[in-house]
Amino acid sequence: MSDLKPRYDLAVIGAGPAGLAAATLAAQRGLSTVLLDEQRAPGGQIYRAVTQTPVKNPSVLGSDYWHGADLVGPFRDSGADYAPGSTVWSVSRSLDIGLSRDGAARVLPARHIILATGAIERPFPIPGWTLPGVMGAGAAQILLKTSGLVASGNVVLAGTGPLLWLLAWQYLRAGARIDVILDTTPRENWRQAMPHMGAFARSGYVAKGLKLLLEVRRKVKVIGNVTSLKAEGDGRVQSVLYRQGDGAEQRLPADTLLLHHGVIPNINLANATGCAQNWDEAQRCWVPTVDAWGATSVEGVSIAGDGAGIGGALAAEHRGRLAALDALHRLGVLDRATRDRDAAPHREALDKAQRGREFLDTLYSPAKDFRVPQDETIVCRCEEVTAKQVRDAVKLGVSGPNQTKSFLRCGMGPCQGRLCGPTVVEVIADARGVSPAEVGYYRLRPPVKPITLAELASLPKAEDEIAAVMHH
Amino acid sequence: MFQRLPNASGERVSFTIDGRAAEALSGDSVAAALIANGVQTCRATPVSGAPRAPYCMMGVCFDCLVTIDDVGNQQGCLVRVRPGMRVETQNGKREIER
Ligand code: FES
Repeated sequence: MSDLKPRYDLAVIGAGPAGLAAATLAAQRGLSTVLLDEQRAPGGQIYRAVTQTPVKNPSVLGSDYWHGADLVGPFRDSGADYAPGSTVWSVSRSLDIGLSRDGAARVLPARHIILATGAIERPFPIPGWTLPGVMGAGAAQILLKTSGLVASGNVVLAGTGPLLWLLAWQYLRAGARIDVILDTTPRENWRQAMPHMGAFARSGYVAKGLKLLLEVRRKVKVIGNVTSLKAEGDGRVQSVLYRQGDGAEQRLPADTLLLHHGVIPNINLANATGCAQNWDEAQRCWVPTVDAWGATSVEGVSIAGDGAGIGGALAAEHRGRLAALDALHRLGVLDRATRDRDAAPHREALDKAQRGREFLDTLYSPAKDFRVPQDETIVCRCEEVTAKQVRDAVKLGVSGPNQTKSFLRCGMGPCQGRLCGPTVVEVIADARGVSPAEVGYYRLRPPVKPITLAELASLPKAEDEIAAVMHH
Repeated sequence: MFQRLPNASGERVSFTIDGRAAEALSGDSVAAALIANGVQTCRATPVSGAPRAPYCMMGVCFDCLVTIDDVGNQQGCLVRVRPGMRVETQNGKREIER
């Protein structure tokens, strides 16, 4: 890692739209800037592989995807350093970043840090979701973007949310076949979303979104009002069982089942850094608490993009620029008035990009039966803990997710609660009859990603400095 | 089951899966390369021995753990496939240290 400087004014973590835009602006304005990213190429998940996708026909992935190239170009010219393949496992309150790259670990100090860790798919726990052949719709989209791979055989999509429909549209464009889409959007969501229709209608997404929906519905059988889902198979998924409304259970053959239930902020790094967080009732997830610039409760640490609450890719780039301007101000490069003046166009663009968000949040809010799964469903994939075990623990007096860790090892596996935390919170809240806000979330500790002893041993730093990063 | 789009372009990479010769495209992650070669499971869980395959493809779920060039428990979706790479699925009881 000799290509990295010993320290930076600004370190940005995550090379999606927020991180790319933040690093570009900061470097253009003279900050020594590094962009650290776990992936091997820029773009984050939304613009994944935009510089090198094997899918050369531009109409398959769509023009919104190719916009990512407009962010990568200026970033490359900005003078910011770029460290792909870097896994960040710790950010301390003293602004030291613990990272691993090519099998070696190091500690990188910065004067300001912007976390742009983006979103993950909301866990969608149904019976059988751990079977091979069941994956996230987002995962299938990554396979399409990075490798030109599409599911074949009997393909079933199930769930709700814009990404599910976008993936279906991209599959059809690519010439792939989808047997059925099982739409789990609750009927009453339409009624609840209607008051937000006006703002959504003015958002500019409407025409595009409707066209996409109609195109998919013309070509694929869509079964609506799906109220239960189950994957079954011997060693891998072979069929999907579902119910429409209160109807009888139906069975479909499936070689691949792609699940989607919306996206939530990827909060692990912010949480382990000690950033305050709050429960977002509309988006039904925990989000780090930030101000209008993305600043967190930890001095010198900001969050930009979906990692601070889901706003979408376009909003993310504006949020990245706002966070970068605030970093310039905090580091003494811009006075307050200049920061505010320069931020004005980005704020206006952000407002425009976020218009209609309430409509989407309300319409695609997942049904309770899928957020609070039935007893036999595995909630924690790593430790294979079921919803029943969590409920039984509540009966024994467990009141929050941190206690389920010691009771059940739930959340102690390598994913560190990323795929069980949201469900465990919902199950406990439901069993106790309180809001998830009262239940809380896992208190996470660095390292937020497993690091090997060999990587640790490669740390060139003194032991007390390592200790500071690991147990602050 | 996944298949490559007929017009997917890219350089071919030769590597091995559990000792057998296999081919991938240069932009593939190890997890994508396994999927492209019809490998249905990457590992068995340490708790019950249940088979698992990549679920998230973005470094979140750890269901893609494989052994790469003799180093175990690598997240296959985060590592790019390289010529000559030796990938082994983890269907035994080797588990991630925790
Ligand atoms: S497939 Fe989820 S971590 Fe690799």
